[in-house]
Amino acid sequence: MNEANSADASVQGRTKVERSDREIVVTRTFDAPAHLVYQAWTTSELFKRWWAPRSLGMNLRSVDLDVRTGGTYRLEFGEDAANSMAFFGNYVEVIPNSKIVWTNDEGGEEGSVTTVTFEEQDGQTLLTMREVYPSKEALEANAGAEGALPEQFDQLDELLASMAAD
Amino acid sequence: MVQLSDARLDASFAALSDATRRGVLAQLSRSESSISDLADRFHMTLTGMKKHVGVLEQAGLVTTEKVGRVRTCRIGGRGLEAEAAWIDWYRSVWGARFDELDKVVQELKQKEQSDERSK
Repeated sequence: MNEANSADASVQGRTKVERSDREIVVTRTFDAPAHLVYQAWTTSELFKRWWAPRSLGMNLRSVDLDVRTGGTYRLEFGEDAANSMAFFGNYVEVIPNSKIVWTNDEGGEEGSVTTVTFEEQDGQTLLTMREVYPSKEALEANAGAEGALPEQFDQLDELLASMAAD
Repeated sequence: MVQLSDARLDASFAALSDATRRGVLAQLSRSESSISDLADRFHMTLTGMKKHVGVLEQAGLVTTEKVGRVRTCRIGGRGLEAEAAWIDWYRSVWGARFDELDKVVQELKQKEQSDERSK
């Protein structure tokens, strides 16, 4: 992709995804100190603004985050209660401004464990999100379940179309 | 580990710019499927689904194989391509999400800086 002709694509290009059999690693650098990225990740009102971006057309009905070791979270997507999909689990380890580890229990025994670390250097923060699944099959069956919610597709259309047009 | 180049992403974005095609890709990432099954699942005509699968096939995201009267669709071509196609899609979700996170973080940063200045 030619960076010179596509601002959107280069922004997108800052998000890197790597995958092995049981593991997905997503990295991104933010031009801000770690405590601010952590704050945006752990405050329900802020989390709601980016976890379900309008550009993805996701409708996040409710967000309940109790970010502390042993705390729980629950996210509900959908247009209404009858057509909603919940994602939930608990926080295994929380080190403020540095690390959050949580389980993804909606997948039952095939659920993953997600670790996010925030590493600050020279005022920038390298965010690394690592999802580990119990097996390759579990990864392929479950990873990106939120991204596959049908309701998101319409507005993702617009996003991707604008990228393709660049 | 497979890592995806930007050029690779560029090639697949056009194919992925359609909701049905992303749905088909997500479906095929779980299991192979015939065109008629896909048409049923996405409430489309066989002809309409053939067109979508054709676009995905040209982008190298999907391969098809005709056995008898049934054309079976699979994600990707060889193993590596299937993985890359899957990562394309996964990254499009997280890229969009992290773009929004970046906006929130920049707002917090500006607020913090203006708070410091006013002290």
